[in-house]
Amino acid sequence: MYRNDMTRKEIERAFAERSKADEDLIRSLARCDRRHFLRVSMRFAGMAAAAGLVPAHSFQLVRVARASEVGGGEGGFRFAYVSDTHLYARGESHRFVRAAVKAVEDMNALDPQPDFVLFGGDLAQLGRPDELELGRQILSDLRAPVRMMVGEHDWYLDLGDKWREMFGPDHYSFDHKGVHFVVLNSVIEEDFWTEKGYTPEERMAIVAGLDDPRQNPFTVGEAQRRWLAADLEKVDRKTPIIVFSHSPLYKLYRPWNFWTDDAEEVQAILRPFETVTVIHGHTHQLLTNKIGNIHFHGMLSTAWPWPYAPEGLPEYTVQMDRADPFNQFDGCGDGQVMVHGSGRVDKHYNLWDRNPRVVTAQELAADAIPGPRAYAGPSY
Amino acid sequence: MKGVSRMGWKKIATGAGLAAALLVGVLAVSRGMGGERPAMAEGRWASRAVWACDRRKLVIVEGVRPDERIPEPRARLVADLLMDLMRYCEEEITARVGIDQAITVTVRGRVFENYVPGSELPLQLAHAGKPHSARERAIWKAELDTLVAEGDRLFHSDEIGTNGLACAMCHPHASNTHPETYPKFQTQLKKVALLRDMVNWCIMNPLEGEALPGDDPRMKALEAYMLWQRAGVALSPGKH
Ligand code: HEC
Repeated sequence: MYRNDMTRKEIERAFAERSKADEDLIRSLARCDRRHFLRVSMRFAGMAAAAGLVPAHSFQLVRVARASEVGGGEGGFRFAYVSDTHLYARGESHRFVRAAVKAVEDMNALDPQPDFVLFGGDLAQLGRPDELELGRQILSDLRAPVRMMVGEHDWYLDLGDKWREMFGPDHYSFDHKGVHFVVLNSVIEEDFWTEKGYTPEERMAIVAGLDDPRQNPFTVGEAQRRWLAADLEKVDRKTPIIVFSHSPLYKLYRPWNFWTDDAEEVQAILRPFETVTVIHGHTHQLLTNKIGNIHFHGMLSTAWPWPYAPEGLPEYTVQMDRADPFNQFDGCGDGQVMVHGSGRVDKHYNLWDRNPRVVTAQELAADAIPGPRAYAGPSY
Repeated sequence: MKGVSRMGWKKIATGAGLAAALLVGVLAVSRGMGGERPAMAEGRWASRAVWACDRRKLVIVEGVRPDERIPEPRARLVADLLMDLMRYCEEEITARVGIDQAITVTVRGRVFENYVPGSELPLQLAHAGKPHSARERAIWKAELDTLVAEGDRLFHSDEIGTNGLACAMCHPHASNTHPETYPKFQTQLKKVALLRDMVNWCIMNPLEGEALPGDDPRMKALEAYMLWQRAGVALSPGKH
């Protein structure tokens, strides 16, 4: 619907020609952060008016119109996400803290509220108890219930002790409105520290370094795979499955751990199910993939965007623009997931200070997404 | 000095330990002989040869018999001289230290009189059509690697900022730093920027640190790391 390389005019035109379905999606996004949106829309309204597209006031009005119309269609529902906050315990004015608070404000401005908010992992930057505590405090302001997932930055100081003490098990499942949800810990690395005698702090720093080659690839691991297979045994093959994993459950780029080493094994466990969606964090960018029956969507980070990997980008991904380094929030954000009655999802990227992007289940199912082959994305 | 790496020289002196061994040898020669004068009368035509360990540098000390120890302070002078000459890695050089301590240096048939240790030979000691030796290349590579490694360390460290952030958090493997596209007009800065201007911008903003002067060794190291990560990417000044 919207592409990165569209000119502003084309976007406005697409906006004007949008379908009813598009409109619903757009409206839901307009509610993300009313204050922020009003600020941006004031700016755009002027441009739109100048282009003779829509009167300024009505442009604004459309975008903030009744969000209660938003839903996932018949039998559908909606949840939202915040991910990869990477908090340092360095006071409330730290840029990552401000960004996390901004995301919480976005979530709380959603009207109606999402059924729950998924936190996608990497709450802390260096896994420290004070960082995790700060994160819990910020997230405790959320109006909606929260589902927690763990990331490597939360894990490798104490191998998850503090995180589990605060948030419970690192992998679990639950059922919600006919969908079976599974939350995995996909950041298990084989022990690289004992033999080398690394301290917990060193181990954490190594894993925290995206390009640090001293670490091992992420895995879900055999124990969790066994657990997953047992968990899914009770579930009907027609029941839609939505899996949350911190790393993408496929192999994109090993040098940055945009990668899960036992991805094929996990996918094999999910294959018998008709409708499977994986929502992952870690990659800090707009990322879309499809492997067989499984749709994959990345989440944005609130802290910083990552460049796209130099190779391995799935052909279903339409890249987001290069971030403007002069704007802390550019390339960052949060979003929502509309779950249709079918169990397929539309993935909404609420890119702060940018046009929102939606990847619909329909276009992904129909292979209608022109991927990187069609559009030369930003350079690596 | 062209073609001869000063840094390479430092490496020989410190790293390889060759010269150190050599020094010890010469000094050992002089031990116990302090204060003695060369035996002038019968030693006028006597001379003693001291080879550097590379067997290319020869110092002939006049007035000392081959079996005689070289007394201080001449032993010190000879040691300094050898260290000096070792800078000219592959060259074969002969130096003669006269009884009056005057030094004459001969390099490939060219003679230089009254050489003062510590000064540079007024020579074009390029490699004279010879390929660089493996040893030279190893030395130069080691020096370059040291600078790039320091840049790598800084790029991955929070020490140039104040808020815990490091460059590599947003630029793994220096991705999206595009050093090969500078100089270019940076719209947000409203001027043409060099790579270091953008480095400083990222130090001052995301890292909330203090800008580095252009000739700061840390700036050089950061630039070296980014450029090295992008080795082989076509230069494209002004791009983006
Ligand atoms: C919080 C994230 C962040 C951190 C930390 C950061 N940068 Fe950046 N930097 C960016 C973004 C975003 C861009 C724009 C990238 C693009 O153009 O795609 C950028 C751009 C740059 C550019 C210009 C790239 C170009 O294409 O012209 C350079 C050079 C650079 N950064 C160097 C550094 C250095 C050196 C450090 C550490 C001192 C650093 N950055 C730290 C986010 C960051």
